[in-house]
Amino acid sequence: MGWTITEKILGSHIGKEGVSQGEHIFADVDFMLANDITFPLSINILKELKDVEFKGIKKLTLVADHFTPNKDVRSAENVKLLREFSRKYGIKLYEGGTCGVEHCLLPEEGLVVPGNLIIGADSHTCTYGALGAFSTGVGSTDLAGAIISGKVWLRVPETIKIEYRGKPQKWVYGKDIILMTLKDLGEESGIYRSLEFSGETISYLDMPQRFTICNMAVEGGEKNGIIQPDKITEAYVKERAKRTWKFYYSDSDAKYAEVRTYDISKLTPQVALPHSPLNSVSIFEISKIEIDQVFIGSCTNGWYEDLRIAAEVIKGKKVNDNMRLIVAPATYKIYLQALKDGILEIFASAGAIISPPTCGPCLGGHMGVLASGEKAVSTTNRNFIGRMGHPESEVYLANPAVAAASAVLGRIAHPDEVK
Amino acid sequence: MIKITGKAWKVGDHIDTDVIIPAPYLNITDPSKLKEGLFEPIRKNFSKMVNAGDILLGGKNFGCGSSREHAPLAIKASGISCVIAKSFARIFYRNSFNIGLPLIISPQAVDGSEEGDLLEVNFEEGRIKNLTKNSEFSFPPLEKFLLEISSEGLINYILKRKNEI
Repeated sequence: MGWTITEKILGSHIGKEGVSQGEHIFADVDFMLANDITFPLSINILKELKDVEFKGIKKLTLVADHFTPNKDVRSAENVKLLREFSRKYGIKLYEGGTCGVEHCLLPEEGLVVPGNLIIGADSHTCTYGALGAFSTGVGSTDLAGAIISGKVWLRVPETIKIEYRGKPQKWVYGKDIILMTLKDLGEESGIYRSLEFSGETISYLDMPQRFTICNMAVEGGEKNGIIQPDKITEAYVKERAKRTWKFYYSDSDAKYAEVRTYDISKLTPQVALPHSPLNSVSIFEISKIEIDQVFIGSCTNGWYEDLRIAAEVIKGKKVNDNMRLIVAPATYKIYLQALKDGILEIFASAGAIISPPTCGPCLGGHMGVLASGEKAVSTTNRNFIGRMGHPESEVYLANPAVAAASAVLGRIAHPDEVK
Repeated sequence: MIKITGKAWKVGDHIDTDVIIPAPYLNITDPSKLKEGLFEPIRKNFSKMVNAGDILLGGKNFGCGSSREHAPLAIKASGISCVIAKSFARIFYRNSFNIGLPLIISPQAVDGSEEGDLLEVNFEEGRIKNLTKNSEFSFPPLEKFLLEISSEGLINYILKRKNEI
C-alpha cells in the first residue's frame, strides 16, 4: 500500500517513509509563523518559563498583519511586544512598509517551500499546501510548544482526493472552484481530514488560484489542503525560494477515504451567501441584491492577478454612488507592481479606496467595518455573523471579477453585466 | 478533573470563533478581560451569567473558523468547565485541550439536555448524567494522549517529556 503526499511529508518529519492514518505523532517543524493577534498569547506563555531552551525559535517568522497599520493603542502595544521579542531573539518581523498579508507575503518572499512541514498560529496557514507542503493552522499554545521543542503534535489525517476535470470558463477562478467544492463536501465531511486537490484542471490554474483553493480548505474543517507540485509550482518556487525544497508525490496505490470528481468546464461564478462559506450558489441563481460595500483583498484574493482581473472589469467605469469599494493589495510587492502597471490608477479613477496591505477589513478589524443592516461583497474567505462588522451586517463571498462588477452596479452582478 | 457537576448552557450549530469572541477583542490577552466579549454577537454579558463549573452544550462543528486561542481562553475564563458538542472544529479542539479546557463529543447528550439542566460528567468512566431529567449518556473515554495534554497543559506536557519528544 502506498502513501499520499501528506503521509509522505509527515513521515519524512518523523524519520519514516510514511505514517498511518489516526496515528499521533510529534513531527519536526520546518517553518512557523504567528501574527499580531496570535503571538502575544504565545509570548504570555514563553515569558513565564525559566531556564528553558527554545529549540525551535530560529524557525519562527512574525508578521504583524492583522491590525496593521495599528488601529489603536492596544494593537500598537501588541506589535511593540512582537518587535521587542523579534529583536531579543533575532527573529524576522514583517511590520510597517514591508508588511503584507502573511499567507501571500511568505510564499512571495520564498520562505515557505514545497515538502516543508509548516505550522502557523492562523487558520489560513493551510494556504501553502498549494506549494506541495504540509501546512496547517494551530493555536498560540501549539506555537509556543513548537518554539520550545521544534515539534508539533499531529493526528495523521485521512485524505479525501478531489479530482477536477475540464478547463474553467471565462470569469471562473480558483475561488469558484473551492466554493463549489466546499458546498458539495458539506459541513462535517472534511473535519480532521486532508484534502488533496488534483486532476487536469489544476494545470490551467496559476499559483495564486491554487493558493486560493488551499486557503479555503480550512472552511470545511479540514486539517490541510494540498496540491502536488508541477511545472507551474517549480517555476514559482525557483524564482523565489530562500530555503531548500523537495517535491513529494502521492503513490498511485495511496489510500484515500474518498475520491470525488467534478467537471469544472460548466462551472459558473459562485457566491457564498450569509453566513457560511459553505453556502454558495451560482451567481445566476441570485436575484437583485443591493450592496453597500465591496472589498477586494485578503489572503484569499489579494494577489496581483486578482487585482488585474478586477481592474479589467472596472476600467473606465465608476464605483456606484451608493457604495464603497475598498481595494487592499495583499503585499507591498503586489502594491508596487499594481502601481507601476497602472492598476491602482484604474481603481483610484473609479473612486475606490486603496488600502495598504492589511487583514483589517476581512475580519471586521478596521479599514472598512460594516454598519448594521449593511451588505458587502467580499473576495475574502469568511462570511460568519458579524465577521466584517455589526452582527446584523451581511457578507457575500465572491471572486474578484464578480466583486468588481458588483462595485460598478451597486448590486451583486456578473462581470458580463458591466457594459 | 475526574468528575464535574454544573448547570448547562446551550448554543446552536456552527458556532464559529467570530461568534465566540469577535475581532474587536482580539488585541486583549488577559483572559479575565477577554471573557467580557464571550458570545457577544449572540448573547451579550454571557460570562456574567455563568457560574464556575457550568457546562456548555454546542451543536455541530463548534468552534469553526479561525485559530484564535482567545476563543477557548474566554470560555474557560468565564467559568465553563467543559464543552459538550455534537462535533468540534479541528483547531478549536486542539487549542482547548492544549490550554486545559476538556471537550466531549456526544450528540445524544446535547439533544437530550436543555439549558438549565444540571449535568454531571465523569471523564474516567465516559459518562454524562442529566440530573434534572434523570437520564444518562455515554461517550468514548478520551485517548490517553489527549487526557494527559488536557490535565497537564501542552507546555508542561512538552517540558516533562523533553527527552522523549
